Amino acid sequence: MEVSWLWGLFGGLIIGTAASILLLGNGRIMGASGILGGLLDGTARRGWAEAVAFIAALIAVPALFHYLGSARVETHATASPVLLIAGGLAVGLGTRLANGCTSGHGVCGISRLSVRGIIATLIYIGAGVATVAGLRALMGGL
Amino acid sequence: MRLIIAVIAGGLFGLGLHLSGMTDTNRVQGFLDIFGAWDPTLAFVMGGAIVPMAVAWRLTAGRKPLAGSMFPSRPSTEITRRLVIGSVMFGIGWGLVGLCPGPAMASLGYGGIPGVVFLVAMMVGMAAAPRVSQILDRRTASA
Repeated sequence: MEVSWLWGLFGGLIIGTAASILLLGNGRIMGASGILGGLLDGTARRGWAEAVAFIAALIAVPALFHYLGSARVETHATASPVLLIAGGLAVGLGTRLANGCTSGHGVCGISRLSVRGIIATLIYIGAGVATVAGLRALMGGL
Repeated sequence: MRLIIAVIAGGLFGLGLHLSGMTDTNRVQGFLDIFGAWDPTLAFVMGGAIVPMAVAWRLTAGRKPLAGSMFPSRPSTEITRRLVIGSVMFGIGWGLVGLCPGPAMASLGYGGIPGVVFLVAMMVGMAAAPRVSQILDRRTASA
């Protein structure tokens, strides 16, 4: 528990390295919503094979670690279908309208001092804080 | 070559999300819970990811990608309605469940039924986005 920030920093450095490899190698921005969304609405076009390869590895590597006995196997996600469906729809629609999520606007945008990336990040963190506070008030906890 | 680079980047992204604890919705909602037991881990993940990426952006100046024709152009600075409305919606969904697109995919192998339900709903939302976007544009044009 007390070293969670160290794991966070370490994991973050790996995420940043991954984003750097995709940028310097393929000239692409590593945005999870852009890569998946591009496949779903057809805007990925010629890049579809790369998008599929990226997503396959993104799913397979953590799954492999899980089966090798990693300690991080619990997502602790809510079991409420209402919350899961409403949350999923809002995240999917919102990230595509905004053209980015935590990785695209957050990591890739802020690191190049993109005004849109910084504004988007402030807005979604603000909305997230308000939502969690609302959940707490309504349900008396998470 | 481009495929190999995509696999390496996707795999490392998944590894980083997994090891950092960002596939644990308690940690993410804990970060957003600034009025409760605040968990700062997400800030360290973001900070840690931004550092190598800031270096990478500097390296792009005057160069070409290893396996590509050009780097992304300078981002627009226009704050559109779409950006604001979309980010608010994203933040609400993120707060409700504690998953965003990267971790939703990274945890698919061990997230059980809730993870699958969330991912499918998220993909439906993504597929609907072009249509919703058209409606928003029409409203803006008529306003």
